Amino acid sequence: MRVTVRLFARLRELVGSGELALEVPGGTTVADVWTALVAAHPAAEAYTRSMSCAVNLDYARMTSAVADGDEVAFLPPVSGGEERRGA
Amino acid sequence: MSATAVTSAPLSVEAVLRAVEGPAAGAVITFVGLVRNHNQGRQVLFLDYEAYAPLAEKALALIVDEAEGRWSGARMAIHHRTGRLEIGDASVVIAVATPHRADAFAACRYAIERIKQIVPIWKHEHFEGGEVWIEGATADAHDEGARDTALKIACA
Repeated sequence: MRVTVRLFARLRELVGSGELALEVPGGTTVADVWTALVAAHPAAEAYTRSMSCAVNLDYARMTSAVADGDEVAFLPPVSGGEERRGA
Repeated sequence: MSATAVTSAPLSVEAVLRAVEGPAAGAVITFVGLVRNHNQGRQVLFLDYEAYAPLAEKALALIVDEAEGRWSGARMAIHHRTGRLEIGDASVVIAVATPHRADAFAACRYAIERIKQIVPIWKHEHFEGGEVWIEGATADAHDEGARDTALKIACA
């Protein structure tokens, strides 16, 4: 089956694309999609410990199931709002 | 004007205020986040905000629901800007109206803490001599611990 992977910010830059289609086996989880992404784009591996994920516009777990046609997003640590405290 | 928005257009404090007005309000607090010219010793030239817009709008709506559920009679609106912002531009505007002022201050503080936790927006800082992606919290809207932290800060 085929899923759409969405990437953002520095993770998007490392992979070189903000949206790509991945072929994955049926019965797949978000973790499996991530593994397939890292296999195709090893630079993404830097975010294995810090990213979060969403499936079809809902925050999800790495153990969440993924179905054909789903949009799976991998999100680097977020930094919206105003500037954080700094010197 | 809707209560939540993720937009590349300049933000209007008036528009966010209008979204929370009503006869039950006894106080209204507005918070405006601005792009400042320095960060961690760097001379900031401009910021570029990138968003996963549809999820960011959902996350903002969730924060409004959380706050209106926590503080009785509260009405909240949040608009967040994306794209290239210059020094002094408003990146986020929060307005919250409540029957009594203490709740408005607390709810406003809660909202900005939650924005930093769960809204999928990223800041690309362009400074004198380079650029860097600013990274804060690993976003998880279902993390109750993060929500408790925001509540503690809001009610301190």
